[in-house]
Amino acid sequence: MMKIAIIDYGAGNTQSVKYALKRLDCEGVLTSNKEVISGSDKVIFPGVGQASSAMKKLKSKGLDILIPKLKQPVLGICLGMQLMCDFSEEGNTDCLKIFNSNVKRFNHSLKVPQIGWNTIFDLKSNLFDSINENEYMYSVHSYYVPVLLHTVAKSNYGINYSTAIKKNNFTGVQFHPEKSGNKGEVVLKNFIKN
Amino acid sequence: MLAKRIIPCLDIKDSRTVKGVNFVDLKDAGNPVELARYYSENGADELVFLDITATKEDRKTFAKLANQISENINIPFTVGGGIKSIEDVDILLKSGADKVSINSFAVKNPSFINELAKKYGSQCVVLAIDAKHVKNDWFVYLVGGSIKTKIRLFDWAREVENRGAGEILFTSMDHDGTKNGFACQALEKLSETVNIPIIASGGAGKIDHFIEVFKSGNIDAALAASVFHFNEIGLKELKINLKNKNIPIRL
Repeated sequence: MMKIAIIDYGAGNTQSVKYALKRLDCEGVLTSNKEVISGSDKVIFPGVGQASSAMKKLKSKGLDILIPKLKQPVLGICLGMQLMCDFSEEGNTDCLKIFNSNVKRFNHSLKVPQIGWNTIFDLKSNLFDSINENEYMYSVHSYYVPVLLHTVAKSNYGINYSTAIKKNNFTGVQFHPEKSGNKGEVVLKNFIKN
Repeated sequence: MLAKRIIPCLDIKDSRTVKGVNFVDLKDAGNPVELARYYSENGADELVFLDITATKEDRKTFAKLANQISENINIPFTVGGGIKSIEDVDILLKSGADKVSINSFAVKNPSFINELAKKYGSQCVVLAIDAKHVKNDWFVYLVGGSIKTKIRLFDWAREVENRGAGEILFTSMDHDGTKNGFACQALEKLSETVNIPIIASGGAGKIDHFIEVFKSGNIDAALAASVFHFNEIGLKELKINLKNKNIPIRL
């Protein structure tokens, strides 16, 4: 059976990710153990919360060194995706530097945080197999990753931003597939099977 | 484009849904997990669960329930009712809740909002405000609308935003239960006052009321209980109607 590690560093709603995997008949192991993470087939890097304090937690467990070196498929969700970038304006913190980008705060003329179901478009990854253009996914965030060379899906909230990014074995999604209904489950399933 | 959200609200007492529900196709309509699954499969964008007993002993049961809900549904949900400490919030978020809703306790201890926002982020802090229209002004009420305060609604809304609340759930005590429509004027003013999402609550009786609230102000979500529980308004029918009126809706 496939081993999926869910990185547990005290940030946010890991239980929901575990249950989402269970609904897909997969077992996710919540762990901060480096050997367990390295030895798993796939890694999910979730996160809800604040960037600089999340980076501190990762550092305290040595995970800031481990994560960028992982060779298996890694899926960062929400804050997990943002932390894979160079730097975040949230608490002005250096991040894991997998993606060459800064994470920026949404402009104040919009309601911040963005909360709710937004459409995703310009889908360019097998992560979105069987997902139509302009499908709705659930997001909740105040910071965003701009559109990059590595963007594989966009959303719009005042501006177009990266709602998914992909580079080598690393994929990040800004939305919560574990909370995005049946379509979100398809995205998780694609990550597991591809 | 960001969609407007439709949120059924479930009142929970002793691990059962109260206010009654009326779905012929549910085996046990009082079972919140089953009802939550029904709503999530039929187009709800989010769910709110309010613990209306909220004694210390029941709180543990409620956390267990949040866990079961998280295990069974794949849309976000908020839990609220009687939250008084970081520990209360911690256990609910760890049980799988996406957001917590706080009300009376925040009015008595406003710094609690700062504390929560700092520890868990604004995105999971929903500030529930119950208010009544008194002599051309709106005042905040506590404990399910039973205690009047001298706090003005719009001042309080601004303050909770500044303290880090991520969303406001506004219930007009004047409209709640009347089925005569939402408090559109107050909601419109509220949406001009703060720059965080607003959930409208209280007064939904028919589909037109939802159209009206989304057309009148910059409102992000509408919450209702009995009209959904008694199937007076079907979620799918509601959402199709809203979409036909060019309101951005997830179908």
